Amino acid sequence: MTTTTLDGGAAAPSKSNLKSRLRRAERLRKLKAVGLVAPLALFLLVVFVVPIGNMLFNSVDNGSLRQVMPQTAASLAQWDGEGLPDEATFAAFADELRDSRSGGGLGSVGRRLNYEDSGYRGLLMRTLMALPPQSDDWRETLIDIDSAWGDTATWRGIKAAAPPRTDRYLLASLDLERGADGEVQRVDEEDRLYQAVFQRTLVIAGGVTLICLALGFPLAYLLATLPAKTSNLLMILVLLPFWTSLLVRTAAWIILLQSNGLANQTLMTLGLVESPLQLVFNRTGVFFAMVHILLPFMVLPLYSVMKGISPSYQRAAVSLGAHPFAAFWQVYVPQTVSGIAAGTILVFIMALGYYITPALVGGPADQMVSYYVAYYTNTTNNWGMAAALGSILLAVTLLLYLVYHRLVNRKQMIGS
Amino acid sequence: MALPPYASPVERIWFWVFRSFCGLVLLFLITPVLVIIPLSFSSGSFLTYPLPGLSLRWYQEIFSAGPWLDSLKNSLIVAPLATLLAMAFGTLAAVGLNRADFPGKGVILALLISPMVVPLVIVAVGMYFFFAQVGLLNSYTGLVLAHTVLGVPFVVITVNATLQGFDFNQMRAGASLGASPMRVFFTVVLPQIVPGVVSGGLFAFATSFDEVVVALFIASPTERTLPIQMFSGIRENISPAIAAMATILILLSTLLLVTMELLRRRSERLKG
Repeated sequence: MTTTTLDGGAAAPSKSNLKSRLRRAERLRKLKAVGLVAPLALFLLVVFVVPIGNMLFNSVDNGSLRQVMPQTAASLAQWDGEGLPDEATFAAFADELRDSRSGGGLGSVGRRLNYEDSGYRGLLMRTLMALPPQSDDWRETLIDIDSAWGDTATWRGIKAAAPPRTDRYLLASLDLERGADGEVQRVDEEDRLYQAVFQRTLVIAGGVTLICLALGFPLAYLLATLPAKTSNLLMILVLLPFWTSLLVRTAAWIILLQSNGLANQTLMTLGLVESPLQLVFNRTGVFFAMVHILLPFMVLPLYSVMKGISPSYQRAAVSLGAHPFAAFWQVYVPQTVSGIAAGTILVFIMALGYYITPALVGGPADQMVSYYVAYYTNTTNNWGMAAALGSILLAVTLLLYLVYHRLVNRKQMIGS
Repeated sequence: MALPPYASPVERIWFWVFRSFCGLVLLFLITPVLVIIPLSFSSGSFLTYPLPGLSLRWYQEIFSAGPWLDSLKNSLIVAPLATLLAMAFGTLAAVGLNRADFPGKGVILALLISPMVVPLVIVAVGMYFFFAQVGLLNSYTGLVLAHTVLGVPFVVITVNATLQGFDFNQMRAGASLGASPMRVFFTVVLPQIVPGVVSGGLFAFATSFDEVVVALFIASPTERTLPIQMFSGIRENISPAIAAMATILILLSTLLLVTMELLRRRSERLKG
């Protein structure tokens, strides 16, 4: 079959021409689509992704010594760590120490070296005060100022701060360190801090998730099976807290749970307790407030899944002789698994990063990882530690989010 | 799920156990929200029942010149601006995502949603350093940009959901009739996706109006927002003024809830 036209075919598109034009139109459409997404993607890249990436880079960054004392860092990197460094190193150090006084360099080096040993900052200060303008033998001069400069260990500590990258913060956030021989080892028993912090974070987030599931599943089931009118009415009781400010709810729990609050008043009126219980500024308070804040995030996905489950399967099972509980457990519950998965992961992810609520209703022993990230950033300026703890928290969160995305968005993936 | 008349006693007991359990859970959810309201009308300065007497003094305190009113003003500057930006960016992106398939779409979607997932403290510290470098620390601009980032995923998600049933041939039809792309967008597309845009905007607004962590890091006392004021109030000196502000916020959330419900009904009616 030929489609060649009689008038020479100049106007009619050939088959390949049509194909390429179609392709071009399609490409144009894609370009337009990309053009619509691009502003937001670029905006998020600049204001969100890159800043967070930069911040997390602090967890391996070891640049402060290099920046302030480049020659000292370079020659210590060459030094084998045996005996004392050579005179040139001492001289370079003395020079750069004098120069570091201006521009805040001394502060940043002192802070960095103090992570190796808490005596460095004082040592640097003392040395700087006594430093003569000239010397023929810097090694002797420095050792005269402070005998610590005659100790190989002092220089080893500075050498550890010389490479451009370090794994000390990441190791430290797992309660690990490098020993004198460079091997990774666990830190001393009494210095293990972060293991407890991560454990506590997991326990609180996991506990909150389980309680939310235990409370949310029956409630979602009730809401999904009641007549629409009643369930819409009851839904308000779930949605109103959901839309209410987190701070309002946190304040409300403090008021409710304080020693002369309604909860204690009720318990004492009922004669259940003699004296007020300590319900807030401890773990109990954290659980109450967090479960309350996160429960709607469990109920809503469960509800939307349960809403789509036809009751006839359960009825069929019962009519075939199954015990109602068996029918519920073996026929109904398996159909809700996707809702359970979505709700639990969502609540768990959100709980992992909690900061404000534990800070307000918890005690010192209830603070989670986020608190320490904020603490190291604001209070001690230990940005390496803040970034290392943040990296671990972010990695765990993103991993779980990936699982969540797979589970939930597979069905509602855009445009597919 | 009413109890059938032939239910056995065991079933009856279970039915009522189940119902009472659910009732208790609902009570748990709503009590904190309701308990705080009467306290705001207390004439005393402690947040305990029974109330010593009724007065409006705490409302007077938060609405007379001072930190409460300043912070409320700040929030009313920042939240609407962040919401508008989030609505504009988010709607465009959602339309783009639905218009055509292009490589890397999954990754881009993940990127657009990610501000919702990343722990707030990490966002806060990252932006703190970034804004310090570019001179946006302690500025309204910085705060608005930060809250735009946090609100935008909601707009992307809700607009995206309303676009699921949208027939893009309508845009072609509009174009073939001679309308400019802008005109097509405003007269053909937007009226159909408006519920998604508005509900995403409401989420974004609520997020900004309730955001403490990032604001604590990047705002100075001049840009102190309402949540920061609440936070320091709860931390330092928990007075009925907090209950009064909380009551106003609860009113606001009721308003948001009702608006969302109306939007949902409207879109359900449109779907038929």
